[in-house]
Amino acid sequence: MSFHINKLYYGDYGESKNGAADISTNQNNAAEWPLWEVFIRSKQGLDHKHAGSLHAADAAMAIENARDVYTRRMEGVSIWVVESKYIHASNPDEAGALYDPANDKAYRHPTFYDLPEEVKYM
Amino acid sequence: MATMKNEIDFLLHLADNALIIGHRNSEWCGHGPILEQDIAITNIALDYIGQARNFYQHAAVLINQEPTSFGATQTGNDLVLPATEDSLAYLRDVREFKNLLITEIPNGDWAQTTLRLFLLSVFQLQLYTQLLQHSDAQVAAIAEKSIKEMNYHVKWSQDWVLRLGDGTEESKQRMQIAIESIWAYTGELFIQPEFATAACINYADIQTAWNKKVSAVFEEAGLSILSKTFVQKGGAEGMHTEHLGYILAEMQYLQRAYPNSEW
Repeated sequence: MSFHINKLYYGDYGESKNGAADISTNQNNAAEWPLWEVFIRSKQGLDHKHAGSLHAADAAMAIENARDVYTRRMEGVSIWVVESKYIHASNPDEAGALYDPANDKAYRHPTFYDLPEEVKYM
Repeated sequence: MATMKNEIDFLLHLADNALIIGHRNSEWCGHGPILEQDIAITNIALDYIGQARNFYQHAAVLINQEPTSFGATQTGNDLVLPATEDSLAYLRDVREFKNLLITEIPNGDWAQTTLRLFLLSVFQLQLYTQLLQHSDAQVAAIAEKSIKEMNYHVKWSQDWVLRLGDGTEESKQRMQIAIESIWAYTGELFIQPEFATAACINYADIQTAWNKKVSAVFEEAGLSILSKTFVQKGGAEGMHTEHLGYILAEMQYLQRAYPNSEW
């Protein structure tokens, strides 16, 4: 007896392996708009930060939707969007190998410098 | 005196347009085709309610300065002084509302809703742009603030006209049906109301710009404009469709049933 297990990753909507809604090949999702990740720059000079995700038919609509969903309260001056299926993520199973070796290497932290008061956003 | 009454009536006309289309768009709240678009149209509704408030507030100031010049526009027991934005929105009756008919017709489907918003907001953007030259600095300031919002309304609704007009067979058909059902209400946009006497206003210019913009978008979307049609008119004079009464009944019920109630 064999089971087919659908393993869903962040950004996948009911698809077995194609990543986010691939409307060209999946009939079930023909009516579903793809998922987009939204990055907002809150003010000039800062970097874009992940704000969340939303559905949209294309990039232009994704930016407009992001404007309405994520910048209603003056959160941003610039918006990036990228279709979620193009995001590649690290595998949680490998977390030990990837991150644990840094645990005992305090010397990697730049904590041995005195920062001037004027320097912000460090 | 006549000038002041004209300006007040014109402000009420602008405010009523914004309030009623804002109310219509707000009816989509919680019913949008997808969460993101639900938020978008609700934002647009709120933009309009904000514009309505600005125009009503300014109208109220002018009315309270010269209550007599305003009395003539009231049919009787509805004159409430001092006027406030709330009394103007909630305590005037159908015949005193001066909004264009295109703002009050029902939403229909998504195609009709977005097309109506497109046709109206292109008009409003042109009108507000002329109001930047208005001799009353407050009117010019409200117009300037509203133009930013209106640019977005045009962009958003135009995208939907293109998307549906140039989309599937069904979406195109729905957009074409929307054109047929709304077109009769577009002629009224360019009939200069008697009270629109400000020097900066030129309805012929608005119509030229509107025609240019709408035909460009329709051409790109593969939609056809109706060449000739009957013109539904009368909104600015208080002659409305049967739909406005229902809107006001829902909107004004609380203030009518429980005068001066607040929360």
